[in-house]
Amino acid sequence: MAEHLHTEVTALEPCGMILLRGDLEAEWAPDLLSIMGYSLPEQRQVIQSEAGAALWFSPDELMLLCEAGSVAEAVVQMQSACREAQAHALVADISDARARFAISGPGARLTLSKLCPVDLSEAGFGPGHVRRTRIAQVACAFWMTGPESFELICFRSVSEYVEGLLRNAARSHMGLEML
Amino acid sequence: MSLRLSQGGRLIDRSKPVKFSFNGKALSGFAGDTLASALLASDHMLMGRSFKYHRPRGVVARGHEEPNALMNIGAGVFFEPNQRATVTPLREGLEAASQNHWPSLETDIGAVNGMLSRFLPAGFYYKTFIHPRPAWKHLFEPFIRQSAGLGKAPKEADGDQYEYLYQFCDVLVAGGGVAGLQAALRTGREGKRVLLLEQAAVWGGRAISDGDELDGQSAEAWVAQAVAELEAMANVTLCLNVVVSGVYDHGYVLAAQALPDHLPGGESPRERLWRIRTGKVIAAAGAIERPLSFAGNDIPGVMLAGAMRDYLADFGVVVGPRSVVVTNNDDAYRTAFALKAAGQAVPLIVDARPECDSPIIAAARAAGIEIAFGSAIAKVEGGKRVTGVQICAQNSAGSALREIACDAVAMSGGWSPAVHLFSQAGGKVIWDEASAFFRPDATRPPTGDDGVPFVSVVGAANGYLEAAQALADGAGEPVPDGVQAAIAAVWRMPAEAPAKLREKTWLDFQNDVKVSDVQLAAREGFESVEHAKRYTTLGMATDQGKLSNINGLAVLGDALGREIPQVGTTTFRPPYVPLTLGTVAGEARGPLFQPLRKTPMDAWHDSQGAYWEPVGHWRRPYCFLRGDETPEQAVAREVTNTRQNLGLLDASTLGKILVKGPDAGRFLDMLYTNMMSNLKPGRCRYGLMCSENGFLMDDGVVARIDEDTWLCHTTSGGADHVHGHMEDWLQTEWWDWQVYTANLTEQYAQIAVVGPQARAVLERLGGMDLSAEALPFMAWAEGELAGIPARVFRISFSGELSFEVAVPAGRGLELWQRLMDEGEALGVMPYGTEALHIMRAEKGFIMIGDETDGTVIPQDLGLNWAISKKKTDYMGKAAQARSHMTDPERWKLVGLETLDGSVLPDGAYAVGAGENAVGQRNMIGRVTSTYHSPTLSRGIAMGLVVHGPERMGEVLEFPQISGDVIKARIVSPVFFDPEGERLHG
Repeated sequence: MAEHLHTEVTALEPCGMILLRGDLEAEWAPDLLSIMGYSLPEQRQVIQSEAGAALWFSPDELMLLCEAGSVAEAVVQMQSACREAQAHALVADISDARARFAISGPGARLTLSKLCPVDLSEAGFGPGHVRRTRIAQVACAFWMTGPESFELICFRSVSEYVEGLLRNAARSHMGLEML
Repeated sequence: MSLRLSQGGRLIDRSKPVKFSFNGKALSGFAGDTLASALLASDHMLMGRSFKYHRPRGVVARGHEEPNALMNIGAGVFFEPNQRATVTPLREGLEAASQNHWPSLETDIGAVNGMLSRFLPAGFYYKTFIHPRPAWKHLFEPFIRQSAGLGKAPKEADGDQYEYLYQFCDVLVAGGGVAGLQAALRTGREGKRVLLLEQAAVWGGRAISDGDELDGQSAEAWVAQAVAELEAMANVTLCLNVVVSGVYDHGYVLAAQALPDHLPGGESPRERLWRIRTGKVIAAAGAIERPLSFAGNDIPGVMLAGAMRDYLADFGVVVGPRSVVVTNNDDAYRTAFALKAAGQAVPLIVDARPECDSPIIAAARAAGIEIAFGSAIAKVEGGKRVTGVQICAQNSAGSALREIACDAVAMSGGWSPAVHLFSQAGGKVIWDEASAFFRPDATRPPTGDDGVPFVSVVGAANGYLEAAQALADGAGEPVPDGVQAAIAAVWRMPAEAPAKLREKTWLDFQNDVKVSDVQLAAREGFESVEHAKRYTTLGMATDQGKLSNINGLAVLGDALGREIPQVGTTTFRPPYVPLTLGTVAGEARGPLFQPLRKTPMDAWHDSQGAYWEPVGHWRRPYCFLRGDETPEQAVAREVTNTRQNLGLLDASTLGKILVKGPDAGRFLDMLYTNMMSNLKPGRCRYGLMCSENGFLMDDGVVARIDEDTWLCHTTSGGADHVHGHMEDWLQTEWWDWQVYTANLTEQYAQIAVVGPQARAVLERLGGMDLSAEALPFMAWAEGELAGIPARVFRISFSGELSFEVAVPAGRGLELWQRLMDEGEALGVMPYGTEALHIMRAEKGFIMIGDETDGTVIPQDLGLNWAISKKKTDYMGKAAQARSHMTDPERWKLVGLETLDGSVLPDGAYAVGAGENAVGQRNMIGRVTSTYHSPTLSRGIAMGLVVHGPERMGEVLEFPQISGDVIKARIVSPVFFDPEGERLHG
């Protein structure tokens, strides 16, 4: 295989994940997000911090990532902030629902290009973008954590399948050196 | 004899010999050879036997269009049939075998079919072998199966890997010949994102082999310069060995990438399927040369003129030292020049046209090559290889004027633009009378969703066959007139060929269709080209008639007395060349064939004898096998133990959907048949969900979490569907209702703790007061069990004292383990889905998918108690008021008890008096669930029966396929503990 297209696939430890559904343009939204140190990400964008990331999931849905240890308190704080603001929003701890993978190296883009129907050229997808899509036959989302590295999340029940897909796709990029 | 010349062959590396085998014989070629060129170089002109008559066949073409040289390649797990030798790169150790021979390629018994050909006419499958019937099975079919068919079917799973690649671009250029390179340069310079794909291993198409001159440079220099410029553009991606296979709506394109460097079983995939989205497609697929229809045109040594040039220029291979050229156009003259230049003899150019002139004809005259205008080949001499030709006048019945000894015949019946990619997505073609081919109609191209054309065609594929024309057309510049003399449309050679010649004149080499077959089809009334195609099998082989279509429909038109445009073409459908099934499947094989969903406790189950069953994409234990138990014994043990002691069920697969907001209660009142808005926080209620048409869709327990939050449990298979159903209604119909949903199915592991000792084991874990007073039936509580945050729902699907405990998925296994440890002294055993099913059936609880099948409404199942009468509306309410839904004749749920205690077969029908309109016994009911009940030691069943609940005690008859009749009495569906006392422990 082309050595210079080497790709590393790593299963990551769980982290804190919070689902937020609500009117993200509402007056209360910035204050709610600031509890976790985030501002509102633009459409299909991710805002990254040292502790995690705020992922745009849909016009009324965000996924907020944090350290595993701080999720319980953050959820309580956000839920009570919603009550105080009389905000119609849904905040749920979903830290256990998903598995995480890191895909890194010069062949990372190619690896995902084999599994996800997404334009993974540098023009099509770069740092700051997040995409909810499918990986082969199941749902996933991914974003870039560095110039050649991606983080990908999928549902917990299919983590073995997704890990198998990623390792299989990363094996050889023969014949794709020109991409 | 075919051989390799001492020099020449631009694609081969003579310093690198490559060993391979053909039909077990060790042979050698060079790096850069194809299997076909290496076989020709070794004087193997005979490469296979034909499909129907087992005639000896040799290679006729150079590329993917090859109809004859199909090979079985490889062995064992790497075996693949029907590989075209012309595009199979030679590699060390390649094992090739010819196909369709019996017992051997040289001596084939099936060739007797040729002598019996008058008994194998067009449509012979439909005409013969019908009577007497037994003869089909014992005589005709074995013979046909032995003698017909192409390659052998592989017997083992493919040992290689495959994968997909998703690509995106503004412009996809299909074909890297002169026109394709020009088109890529033009769009690349405009800054478009261009993907240029070429099916061959080199750029330039025919131009380099043909020695064309482009912009005053040699084709070689021009192509090298164009490729260098394209490679330097960041917005252009070029790739060789990728054949564009299909163009579909919305700019979707499929292409297959071959990896010539892949070794069987190697780390890399063998092929890769590219799934491309493009704004525009520029098809620059070139043109395909047509054979001429003369007697013996299939004898090995007869080859397309362009292919003969290619074998010489690319591989230094000639078919023989003396070649006759036969043509109806100028292009084949190049073959004569090329052969002459390589020192080979060209005794005659047979030109079917009346005497004409052009620069190339003048050059042939000047070179002293004899040209016979107005002439034809009456017949090719030879059996397994060409020995000579008989020459006659084109406008004659074939009386030979002279005979010429030769080793090879280079034929050209003109070129057909490769319009496939243009046509696949809906582009129309028009007949160009002067050029005698179908070309793309630029006024009727395929259009995208915006009505704007998205496929255009350039170069030879657009009907511009000469290099200077392709150069201009690819660049989008005005196309100059050609310098060649006009082609003459020649569809039969000679024009008045009698039957005995027509019967040896092949149109479709791969499917063995002759001129006489198409004429017979016309006489028998097959007027439509689509019908004639299917009747004669013309163009239906793996090459999809790339060589034969135009010649075939010209012969059909002639026989019907119609012009070609009136006959029309058959439809061009993807793929352009056959794709191997592995390529289509991509990575989806073995463990990656389908996702397998696993619960957090899956590994524990697997280590404890789980006997798996699929539930949706989940795998769940059907039961847990101990020692040498059978599954039936294990299920009985699990049911009995749960009823007597303590059972644990992994219920993590249940759907769990959070519904929150000021309008959540109102929303759930619409979704469920019963009332959910008046449920008190801390309480649970069983609910039914119907489709708009009133049919029962899903069921489950709903828990009210707080003032504006509910948690809806769904069936395991229904979670995603129910969540989608909720979002569908919220987003499209009730978009102004303030409700948010979240599918939390995977966030929680859920364990059902069931049986008389259920409370005891949970109390041993400690942390929550789960007494009957603190947590009554149909209530839930939140707290910590064994230090794990948990929600405990006191609900029961078994009739026993039962708690369902939900914890974060990451701690599910820990809780399971603790329950097993603490439960040991209480007789704990895990149980699987079958015990779950039996226990619910013993209690008369329905199961979605057993008692329901999409046609059943809750009223059929006696679930009226779960349908609110107070609500003005709910999903399905109006539908359930329709006359058919309120018909008293609808089948209703009852219990069934066999008189002899046996188990009724699942799905068995009960019959009543009389017969229906088609003479079948009238049916009055059917079994929906049936089990052996370990608790009651007898068969129990549920079923839907006409007037069922009013017929308690009646005995129904269930006839079996064996002829026996099983009798069963209608009883209440609640077989066990009808008072429900066991719920309380």
